Amino acid sequence: MAGPAVNPTKDGFFFTQLDAAANWARANSLWPMPFATACCGIELMSTAASKHDLSRFGSEVMRFTPRQCDLMIVAGRVVMKMLPVLQRIWLQMPEPKWCISMGACACTGGVFDTYAVVQGVDRFIPVDVYIPGCPPRPEQVIKAILDMQAQIKKTGTVWASEFAARSVATGPARFDGEEVYRIKNPVPLTNKDITYTPKH
Amino acid sequence: MVPSYVAASYECSTGESFLTAKASRSLEELLAAWGISCHEFRGQSQVTIPAVKFVESMKQLRDEAGFDMLSDVTVADLLEYGGEDRYRVVYQLVNITTGKRLEVRVLVNDPEPKLPSMYYLWRSADWLEREAYDMFGIVFEGHPNPKRLLMPEEFQSFPLRKDYPLKGRGERHNFPVITRAES
Repeated sequence: MAGPAVNPTKDGFFFTQLDAAANWARANSLWPMPFATACCGIELMSTAASKHDLSRFGSEVMRFTPRQCDLMIVAGRVVMKMLPVLQRIWLQMPEPKWCISMGACACTGGVFDTYAVVQGVDRFIPVDVYIPGCPPRPEQVIKAILDMQAQIKKTGTVWASEFAARSVATGPARFDGEEVYRIKNPVPLTNKDITYTPKH
Repeated sequence: MVPSYVAASYECSTGESFLTAKASRSLEELLAAWGISCHEFRGQSQVTIPAVKFVESMKQLRDEAGFDMLSDVTVADLLEYGGEDRYRVVYQLVNITTGKRLEVRVLVNDPEPKLPSMYYLWRSADWLEREAYDMFGIVFEGHPNPKRLLMPEEFQSFPLRKDYPLKGRGERHNFPVITRAES
């Protein structure tokens, strides 16, 4: 990685003027990647509309290509069929990038604790800011963007080296206790031939 | 593998296209000919057809009784009812000209619940039968695209069966975790 050698875990963060300038520029121009799957997407659209204008805070455009965005907003429930797509979009975003998980479904699965809905995208994606709500009001989304900006100005570096320290996933475990119990003690099947493939 | 009744599926028994032919026999005549009675429940007519005479009965319903639209295919899992059969496949037929609706029920069983596909009689059966296969495992023979519709293709279970738990068996979280340092 080019640039001045900064070891955040050993030296702590010491900010140069360049870091502060870079943080200011990045925080005030967070272009969102709207990963809107459900109702929170509508609320995200209304946050970007004229009444609660999100572009006042720098999120001028919502680019639908991840290559041009630096903030992914996961708005809405994510099903197991969509999760690999979400991970692929996250990996396609260039550095530096941040993630906001908007709404109850993206944070924890919301009311949908079923076989198809992922119980929180932070199990599989690194999330920086969570917005609770079903759906959160536009003012809450704006507050989350402001929190994101404050976080960037406090902990950002020009060479984006603060991300290298986050090598441990901070969300809940993939299979938590209840799910492990459910896998280990399956409901007894009456139909034993439940996984055949049809012969057409 | 196209089933044998496809050859004349879009023509009526009288030879004209079923789209322009008028209904020649009423539902009551057909049911009397089969020896089955129609059950009324809350304004809805229901008929239970044995699976062996399924295809001819549905074809007669479409051609002669004028039920030219299949509006839904769904399945009820009767596992906890303690009866003989497990799956009740339900077809909702609509007669567009008269507005009459009919519910046709067929009973199928494990270990291989299967029925001939109604794709060649009503094209709307395409996705409706795919959904019934995806959720319950009913195989529709002769369907041109017998893939899962809603769940991912590699999903192994049939979620709406009564012995499948609501929260699943861990398939929903069986994905790799991406940390910030590596992405």
